[in-house]
Amino acid sequence: MNSTPPASSTVHLAFSPDPAYVRTIRLVAAAVARRAGVADELLDEVRLAIGEACTRAVALHRRYGLTDPIDVMMTDGGRFTVQVTDRGPAGSARDDPGETTGAIMVQVAAETGLPPVDEEALSAGVGLALLKGLVSDLAVASGAGGSGTEVRMSWPLGRTRSP
Amino acid sequence: MELSLATRSVSDHTVLEVGGEIDVYTAPRLRERLIEMVGAGETRVVVDLGRVEFLDSTGLGVLVGAHRRLRASSGSLTLVCPHERLLKIFRITGLDSVFDIHGSVESATTGTPAGA
Repeated sequence: MNSTPPASSTVHLAFSPDPAYVRTIRLVAAAVARRAGVADELLDEVRLAIGEACTRAVALHRRYGLTDPIDVMMTDGGRFTVQVTDRGPAGSARDDPGETTGAIMVQVAAETGLPPVDEEALSAGVGLALLKGLVSDLAVASGAGGSGTEVRMSWPLGRTRSP
Repeated sequence: MELSLATRSVSDHTVLEVGGEIDVYTAPRLRERLIEMVGAGETRVVVDLGRVEFLDSTGLGVLVGAHRRLRASSGSLTLVCPHERLLKIFRITGLDSVFDIHGSVESATTGTPAGA
């Protein structure tokens, strides 16, 4: 048996698309990020960003009536990388009307001071704006096999790994 | 921590004190309470976020919805948010220009401009 610690380690979670679990995922993610060596001052952002990605995935599953689990993969090789993968219809990353209109609504609300009517679409747009504002390394792509969307985020490791 | 909600009157305003975490799970309770308040005829509503530990996009959506409902009934929604980590979220999303945000309940209920 090799006693050398692995160059990177992984925590892989899957959860049912229930809003009650998003907080649990946030707590676990912050703990894993801390252990991986993400600087303390970034942990609030990591927690919020991962929560937003999971909230987005839960909303998508519920909109399409999907009960499949949402995948959260966290790895710490070089950077702390998190991938949140939903099982929504192919192409929903680009064509998601909720996110597109939501983002436009936020802009309209910000510029005119007149908030839009649809809170759910607004929240989706705000969530996307938050992800873009919080995560400098953010990528949204179709999931493996052409179904689902994969939101990938990463943060630098600022200190040595803690036990 | 779960969401906590408590209302009190300060001069002619109704202050809703929110504590804990506002996220996709707890935001519906905040939405219900705000809708009840507007339905009960409250027009000068202050939402005090001073004891909020976490706020996400779902919570922001609920606050925007309440702001819109109050405007429709000639009312106003004022926020109290003394924490930089929450203010940052309003700035990133551009919602700091939509809301009237104050650093204290006293400032929010006396109409002192934010930051004064």
